[in-house]
Amino acid sequence: MAANEHDMMSNLERLVYMANQIAANFAILGEAEAITATAHHIADFWDPRMKANIRAVLEQNSASLTPMARAAVGQLPGA
Amino acid sequence: MTFTRETDHGTPPALAAGKPVTLTIDGQSIALPEGTSIMRAASLMGGSIPKLCATDNVASFGSCRLCLVEVEGRNGYPASCTTPIAEGMVVHTQTERLQKLRRGVMELYISDHPLDCLTCGANGDCELQDQAGAVGLRDVRYGYDGATNMGQAKDQSNPYFDFDPSKCIVCSRCVRACDEVQGTFALTIEGNGFSSKVSVGSNNDFISSDCVSCGACVQACPTAALIEKKVVEIGKPDRAVVTTCAYCGVGCTFRAEMRGEQLVRMVPWKDGKANHGHSCVKGRFAWGYAQHQDRILNPMIRASVDAPWREVSWDEAIAYTASEFRRIQAKYGVRSVGGITSSRCTNEETFLVQKLVRQGFGNNNVDTCARVCHSPTGYGLKTTFGTSAGTQDFDSVAQTDVILVIGANPTDAHPVFGSRMKQRLREGAKLIVVDPRRIDLVRSPHVVAEHHLALRPGTNVAVLTAMAHVVVTEGLANEAYIRARCDWDEYQDWAAFVSQAGRSPEAIEPLTGVLAADVRGAARLYATGGKAAIYYGLGVTEHSQGSSTVMAIANLAMATGNVGVEGVGVNPLRGQNNVQGACDMGSFPHEFSGYRHVSDGATRKLFEDAWGVPLDSEPGLRIPNMLDAATDGVFKGIFIQGEDILQSDPNTHHVAAGLAAMECVVVQDLFLNETANYAHVFLPGSTFLEKDGTFTNAERRIQRVRKVMAPINGHADWEIVQLVANAMGLGWNYTHPSEIMDEIAALTPTFAGVNYDALDTHGSLQWPVNAAAPEGTPTMHIDGFVRGKGKFVVTDYVPTDEKTGPRFPLLLTTGRILSHYNVGAQTRRTENVAWHPEDRLEIHPSDAENRGIKHGDWLSLRSRAGETSLRALVTDRVAPGVVYTTFHHHTQANVITTDYSDWATNCPEYKVTAVQVALSNGPSDWQEEYADQARRSRRIDVEAAE
Repeated sequence: MAANEHDMMSNLERLVYMANQIAANFAILGEAEAITATAHHIADFWDPRMKANIRAVLEQNSASLTPMARAAVGQLPGA
Repeated sequence: MTFTRETDHGTPPALAAGKPVTLTIDGQSIALPEGTSIMRAASLMGGSIPKLCATDNVASFGSCRLCLVEVEGRNGYPASCTTPIAEGMVVHTQTERLQKLRRGVMELYISDHPLDCLTCGANGDCELQDQAGAVGLRDVRYGYDGATNMGQAKDQSNPYFDFDPSKCIVCSRCVRACDEVQGTFALTIEGNGFSSKVSVGSNNDFISSDCVSCGACVQACPTAALIEKKVVEIGKPDRAVVTTCAYCGVGCTFRAEMRGEQLVRMVPWKDGKANHGHSCVKGRFAWGYAQHQDRILNPMIRASVDAPWREVSWDEAIAYTASEFRRIQAKYGVRSVGGITSSRCTNEETFLVQKLVRQGFGNNNVDTCARVCHSPTGYGLKTTFGTSAGTQDFDSVAQTDVILVIGANPTDAHPVFGSRMKQRLREGAKLIVVDPRRIDLVRSPHVVAEHHLALRPGTNVAVLTAMAHVVVTEGLANEAYIRARCDWDEYQDWAAFVSQAGRSPEAIEPLTGVLAADVRGAARLYATGGKAAIYYGLGVTEHSQGSSTVMAIANLAMATGNVGVEGVGVNPLRGQNNVQGACDMGSFPHEFSGYRHVSDGATRKLFEDAWGVPLDSEPGLRIPNMLDAATDGVFKGIFIQGEDILQSDPNTHHVAAGLAAMECVVVQDLFLNETANYAHVFLPGSTFLEKDGTFTNAERRIQRVRKVMAPINGHADWEIVQLVANAMGLGWNYTHPSEIMDEIAALTPTFAGVNYDALDTHGSLQWPVNAAAPEGTPTMHIDGFVRGKGKFVVTDYVPTDEKTGPRFPLLLTTGRILSHYNVGAQTRRTENVAWHPEDRLEIHPSDAENRGIKHGDWLSLRSRAGETSLRALVTDRVAPGVVYTTFHHHTQANVITTDYSDWATNCPEYKVTAVQVALSNGPSDWQEEYADQARRSRRIDVEAAE
């Protein structure tokens, strides 16, 4: 879905943004710990459809995810 | 129930629990703490010494000379209000000589007081009248022909109370209440001797004075000089019911004083443990919305949001609601519907809504308005301390030496606690304010902040980390506390992080706009000034790093040993009355009541056994996620109780698109709010006056809400949810909210000892209430943190992506004002609009001048999300580059706010939006289109209704 007329993110762009934002805030922990923490956070707080959508991003457009977020999504069950 | 006044012991209790002193009053012996007045001692014995200038919520004054007593061995007739008790003292309060003296004093008062008792609004509820009787006054020898102060013009400018100087006895109770209790210092005694009179400063009337209309003066007045207009209009109350205010998170308790089924006035209850007899303009006076003509009293449905509403029976509305949710789930799947609970509703009601979603809808798609305010508090404090709540009770502030207020404006948003805070500051506590805006606390009568860190919006984490840098690098950390109470390894990691040169106040100064010296000074004061307490609000949570900021606050408190005793702590000031309770009750989509994750099998089994259905182990959708799913076409139905997400949530265009994409939006509310423009079912709600239940305030205090009148819509809100649940086949059979609380207690360990009998016995209880703490827990984490060892979390500063630039060069931040509450649905329907009839945009004089803007000009306010218009308020309260507005009116400030949110919780970043401001001619095209759409949407088909 494209961004709307108000220069806001599309839903999918926002989902990717959220994953990247979580990873950015955990980044200070160091790569390995941050990846695990990001994966746990998504597992704990996102609903199944959001998880499925971000896993689909990993498969189809993984470049939009930061390396740390990409690795974290890869750790989600079912990824 | 008969109407009786609360007992007034005349003077406050002794300041500290002094050693017991034994004395004899009128032949009876009594032992009381040193420092107690004779007047109070006599009252506590059940006696009553005549008085006029004394009342027990202000210090004794000794001016009326009515409370004279005789003390054996002492000369003269000391005033009992100003004379402390002493060991072995023998006091006589009723002697012939005293009676004569008191009659003489009273004679003078009455000689200058109108004798219109039979037609006076205070007739039967007037201390002057009572005391004239008590002293046996039968005649006034002076006559009434001499000069008097009678016949003066009344000041009726305040919408809620009148001031009649003719009836004033110049006892100064109102002046002292304004000074000592409220801390506004709006009143004074002008002139002296016979010509002395109460004056509202240099202004002519109350409404244009500094008076904040808290009602303390009216409550203190012993005559009809200051009297509620409603008392004049309706008459003296004949019964009273103690209940809890439905406005902010302070949770003041009030006596709802009634005459029959009519509410006459709300009087703050002295035994209320949150407010101790004080109030603000909202709780005290702004309850008229409950009977406002805009209230919807009949259920309504419509097939399309373009169609007018059709009034229907409750049976039809409930059956339609249930059938729509079942139809949608059959067509789109179990997870295609959800619900939103409200912090304005009771614990019992929010518990039922989340139960409806979990048990009835079969998913965890339930969220609450705390999503957009304090969800980061839940995340941050649970992570660091182990529980999602503040650490102290409000009384704790009386022990505090240093108060750090960050991102909160207590005198506007939590005014009764703001007054408590100011009392402590006047006693000598030091104040640090961290806020982009110069809030009133920074400088108000007899209060001046030691440090005001006027940081650039969005830089909280950087400033708090810099304060931690100072604490650690200057050796101010409390190592013994940390070693005993916290994880030492985690502390060391954190200390190494904050000690980096790049985290120093000097390094972040260009980023935050705060002088390094100020940050250092504030950090030193916080760490070394004695007991230090942090109070914070939405200026902390509503950021892209809201959760990080909460954890940074917790880190700072742990590093300095400021958790676990009275006078310290981390204290989130909750916005709405039951934010804490709504969160406690399992309103979040990832956890059950008591903050237990839905993936926890043991907890899930507990609820499955109680409710008889399997429960979903996956987290549900949060409000913004629901709206995304709706615009994606997979979320089709929502039950919204007491929330107005179209006005309160960010990025209005997206909220509207989400609601418009749903097939069944059910709104349960008092009024046709903005969200109802997109609703298909409207279920009329009840006010807090019309139902039983409990609210939990910001200090975890669970308090009773008591029904004072029958619900004029026909049902209390909990009953409406039960009707929906039963129409969906859930078989609920609650007959009273107490039964819902019993279920909550059975399923929630922190509420294990809570029931209505215990609440009635204790007045209120602060959770955890369990076998270990049967009378509740005023201070948390005394012997250790709930999670075990306190957890230091490294909180790196990650700048928001909301940037200023050529198109949007200013930063908008939003907030509240004293006279209004949240989206204004209640307060806009009261006389409070007299103080704040519209939202204004605060803009610094230099930014205004650059744009040719003058005070009062219409402005367009534009962000990448949208545009609205409002008028200018040019003020240096805001820094250059920052603009500020409230969101209480139909300005729809949230058409401007964006979809950025807290990284951990999705709490919207309301406090940082890049905007441009320019002169305009009036409301924007969007505002006019919106108003037109809203008008059309609120049509009710009268013919169909008939």
